[in-house]
Amino acid sequence: MAKILESNPVSRGINRTIVYVVCIFLSLLSIVPFLIMFVNATRSTPEIQSGLSLIPSTHLMTNWQVLLNKSFDPFKGFLNSFIVSGGTTILTVYFSSLTAYALVVYNWKMRQPFFTFIMAIMMIPSQASAIGFYQFMYQLHWTNSFLPLILPAIAAPAVVFFMRQYLLGSLSIEIVEAARADGSGEFYTFNRIILPIMMPAIATQAIFAFVASWNNLFMPLILLTQKDKYTLPIMVSLLRGDIYKTEFGSIYLGLSLTVLPLFVIYFLLSRYIIAGVALGGVKE
Amino acid sequence: MRRKRVSYSKYGYIFSLPFLLAFLVFSLYPILYTAAIGFTDLKGVIPKPPHILDNPLQNYKDLLFDNATFRQSMFNTGLIWILNFIPQIVIALLLTAWFTNQRLKIRAQGAFKVLLYMPNIITASTIAVLFNSLFAYPMGPVNSLFQMLGWSDAPIYFLQDKTTARGIVAFIQFWMWYGNTMLILIAGVLGINPVLFESAAIDGANGVQTFFRITLPGLRTILLFTLVTSMIGGLQMFDIPQLFLLGGPDNATITASMFIYGQAFKGSYLYNRAAAASMIMFVIAAVLSALLFYWLRDRDAARLRKEEKKLRKAERALAKGGVMHG
Repeated sequence: MAKILESNPVSRGINRTIVYVVCIFLSLLSIVPFLIMFVNATRSTPEIQSGLSLIPSTHLMTNWQVLLNKSFDPFKGFLNSFIVSGGTTILTVYFSSLTAYALVVYNWKMRQPFFTFIMAIMMIPSQASAIGFYQFMYQLHWTNSFLPLILPAIAAPAVVFFMRQYLLGSLSIEIVEAARADGSGEFYTFNRIILPIMMPAIATQAIFAFVASWNNLFMPLILLTQKDKYTLPIMVSLLRGDIYKTEFGSIYLGLSLTVLPLFVIYFLLSRYIIAGVALGGVKE
Repeated sequence: MRRKRVSYSKYGYIFSLPFLLAFLVFSLYPILYTAAIGFTDLKGVIPKPPHILDNPLQNYKDLLFDNATFRQSMFNTGLIWILNFIPQIVIALLLTAWFTNQRLKIRAQGAFKVLLYMPNIITASTIAVLFNSLFAYPMGPVNSLFQMLGWSDAPIYFLQDKTTARGIVAFIQFWMWYGNTMLILIAGVLGINPVLFESAAIDGANGVQTFFRITLPGLRTILLFTLVTSMIGGLQMFDIPQLFLLGGPDNATITASMFIYGQAFKGSYLYNRAAAASMIMFVIAAVLSALLFYWLRDRDAARLRKEEKKLRKAERALAKGGVMHG
């Protein structure tokens, strides 16, 4: 029966209509919550409480004043989040590429066991070691420092896995051998020849590493207790607190401020991000 | 082949050394440390030197048999994960089938993909607080919408009801992740050998048959990959329930990660109990992953063998037919 339906152009038209309706509905579902958020950032609390509206109002500046008076410092949060996410991203992509290169190019005895080991530790939930990690950092006096949030990024098993798959597909060993013949050292070859070859994979993983670190709440919440070290997600979590209970407009404005830059970056880079997710899904 | 040979194998060790060191210091040591703390009496703001308990398994026993909140958090984690994963995988598969169907020729695919993936980019804590405001009582955007559409007369207290609160958390998880799952599945379909689709088309298979006979079997590895990563992610669920309702109403949305955080860092400083809970979570993750991996590896090899056979057959058929390009 399905076959008859498909071969009929009229019913195929109906099928396509269903597809578009569902896709448009889901797209709206993705946008509307954010739209409400942006609009409500410009409305006063009584306006917000009186009902739903998609037309911006005029209370943006008032909400902004209220927000600042409650010691919400989005710029500090941005800076802190940027330091942590930037550091994490650089370490993750560089050392994961290096490890993947070791796994692909060199023929060492522990190569296969090491790869199996990386596959295994990919499955460890980060919360499982949080208590020990906290105690360890406490003893090192590294709480309220960004180091424990950045340095662990050197060991990112999932990224190594991805980079290995990419190198297997795109690197021919002749390039490495040619470089050797020209007298290039192994580190030099990696930094100057291999890294540029890996750029598409690096860009993809850099975006993911950055977003994942930017969105991380658990670890910063445990490690950072000083206000001036707070990252953006912690600041967002404060918006839920009692001092904002009745200032709905300011809450929406605070949320908008945390989302807006990501929105801009996302729509500028969306093509690469989407392609990157797709690239990341391909195995072998 | 009589050239002077230099052994480069030592660089394999040198280049993977930073990874190994970082893993040992920042992952393995903390895990072993956590495991050890689970057998001790370590607690308090300024921890005293810990002692191994007389009954080393006491923390575990307390958690598993005497702690209703812990059991509740494990139950919630599993329930919310299932409630979000089933619709997530169904919708993602449906969209994948549509977007990769050559005959449907869906337009504006790029725009749809960009929009559906968007919620995944935004900070989860922002989304949690946003949804909390959207479902506000008595007058929030969702309540306004329901009254506008005539679905309810009186405002609904969504966040005070266990069922709707859990449902909303599961919905947010679904909403954030189905776009991601869809893109991974689409990539998986693009990775399937196009020869299979071509021969199916030549044999006159329709969209539904192609999907169930070729797409789905070809996606098995990717599906299991999605299952494993989603399961690990589900076990770690923290930001959304933590900031959405702080675990309420009546612990209906408290998750395992929130329980651990709450025991150790929210004023009670019960590091030993939190460590024991972490280890239980770790063991569950390890067992489930091992099971899924065993399943994945077995089927994968069998599938590969089958596919190779099929491919060879297809190639032979092609060669015999003599209709070749160029």
